[in-house]
Amino acid sequence: MVLPDTDNIRFDLRIIASTIEPGSRVLDLGCGNGDLLAWLADNKRVNGTGIEQDMTKAAACIARGLSVLQGDLNEEVEDYPDCSFDYVILSQTLQQVFEPARLLYSLARIGRKVIVSFPNFSHYSIRLQLLCKGIAPKNDQLPYSWYDSPNIRVITLKDFKKFARDVGYNILREIAISSDPAGSEGRIIRNFINIRAAYGVYIIEKIRPS
Amino acid sequence: MNITADRQPTLPPVVKQYYTFAEPPAEQVLESGARLGPITLAYETYGALNTAKDNAILVAHAFSGDSHAAGNYPTDAEGEKPGWWDFMIGPGRGIDTNKYFVVCPNILGSCMGSTGPSSLNPATGSPYGLDFPMMTIGDIVTTQKMLIDHLGIQRLHGVIGGSVGGMQVLQWCVGYPEMVRSGVAIASTMRHSALAIAFNEIARQSIMADPNWKKGKYYGGNKPDMGLAVARMVGHVTYLSDEAMRRKFGRKLQNKETFSFGFDGDFQIESYLRHQGSKFVNRFDANSVLYITKASDYFDVVEPMGKIEDRDGKNHEITKYLVVSYTSDWLYPTYQAKELVKTLKRSGQDVSFCEIEADCGHDAFLIPDQRLTTLIRGFFDGLA
Repeated sequence: MVLPDTDNIRFDLRIIASTIEPGSRVLDLGCGNGDLLAWLADNKRVNGTGIEQDMTKAAACIARGLSVLQGDLNEEVEDYPDCSFDYVILSQTLQQVFEPARLLYSLARIGRKVIVSFPNFSHYSIRLQLLCKGIAPKNDQLPYSWYDSPNIRVITLKDFKKFARDVGYNILREIAISSDPAGSEGRIIRNFINIRAAYGVYIIEKIRPS
Repeated sequence: MNITADRQPTLPPVVKQYYTFAEPPAEQVLESGARLGPITLAYETYGALNTAKDNAILVAHAFSGDSHAAGNYPTDAEGEKPGWWDFMIGPGRGIDTNKYFVVCPNILGSCMGSTGPSSLNPATGSPYGLDFPMMTIGDIVTTQKMLIDHLGIQRLHGVIGGSVGGMQVLQWCVGYPEMVRSGVAIASTMRHSALAIAFNEIARQSIMADPNWKKGKYYGGNKPDMGLAVARMVGHVTYLSDEAMRRKFGRKLQNKETFSFGFDGDFQIESYLRHQGSKFVNRFDANSVLYITKASDYFDVVEPMGKIEDRDGKNHEITKYLVVSYTSDWLYPTYQAKELVKTLKRSGQDVSFCEIEADCGHDAFLIPDQRLTTLIRGFFDGLA
């Protein structure tokens, strides 16, 4: 039904896709043009839904046969019953969310597992820019100036881990990655991740009373 | 319509067909308990039903629409307008007749070939008038199901419609979920708001206040044309939007430079509404307006839509939904489409939603727009 070109999927999305069990129910927040959902539907028989704010992108998803809701992800997630999904994916969006704690609470409610990825603001290139040049960091992954950046939350891998523990989530898996500017290729980082990783991917779940 | 559209392949000449059923004494029992029969539905089909009979799409028309959704009749004069959704239905179009078998029935209660208040009452030999039983959107859909059964179709690939047509889509999904693979509701709602009922009531009162209406017994004599025209004028305002009217008419005067200081009509919008009113009088029956507006006011699927999961998904795959709204629709605004989406999400249904930015108001779905065409093509093709 859909023709996903896996080569075009961002490296971090490929990492996320690899962690998902076949046949599961997936909600992709900020699904863009639906590349990940299309790949998952084709390769893992995933029953996917996407939420995308941009009308053109949402329409493009629907037109390629995906189930996608146009809307604000902060509002749209409220309507689902508990545990509606096996995985809820929030890729490269957390740094743009106004109320991250509230959103993560909702995600952990509607999904059994939540996969979160975000750019690591403690990458050494960012540290060096701030230290040596004294300017707000700008690079290929974060190409914005302080005045036009949609990234209103400055998060590091270390910050996120502390945050997850504080609000009551188990971190099931941590994957630190570096990736090229286009995001199409990358590799997994194993040592000194808080300094060397461009992105972090976390699979978390709410600690539920059994 | 753009120029390239004229060069697209078109449908072969289309024919209006009729199916009559519920012959007495086996009349149809309506939701109100009243019995009605015989019932005739006028309908048109485009494309071919495949041998598996699983490529049928039912197109549900809006309140004053008819079965002539696409193509031209063989009797049409050169340059005659094709059916009302011709830009959407046809070879290679959004609903591709090379792939799908499209059925468009005229609704019960209408006057465009199906049984309605202007049809002959077999008990009296004269038109029903107000003796026509009050019918509902549920009854409209039940009669459509009879037609679909008659055509030998067990499961529709999709049901699609805008406005009151969208209500029929939702009614199909709650009434016969096992027969509907997908439902597309465009510029529609689960139930009328007070605003929508208010405008319908003004339309009805306008008709009933016309001295020619005579409690619905005007057939054969002077018709309540003035009342019906005013009803249509009100309707047209609700189908447009502030933006569209500003853009199209503004305060421009019609064929004059200065005010006439009288009531003959100075503004272009006045002239436009008068034209729409008198055009409607020539094609539509006033009593049908009363019945169909009332049926749409009664319509309310909020509760059954929320309970769809109880009956659905057991013996067949669940229905896939597409909900489309328009930013400038003030008759069924986006918040109503979102309520539908929310209800479907809560009951675990597979739903897609898109709000199309358009300034032409409620009637936007009747205006050629590649965005809608692309959405619908992809949605129906994606079910395969």
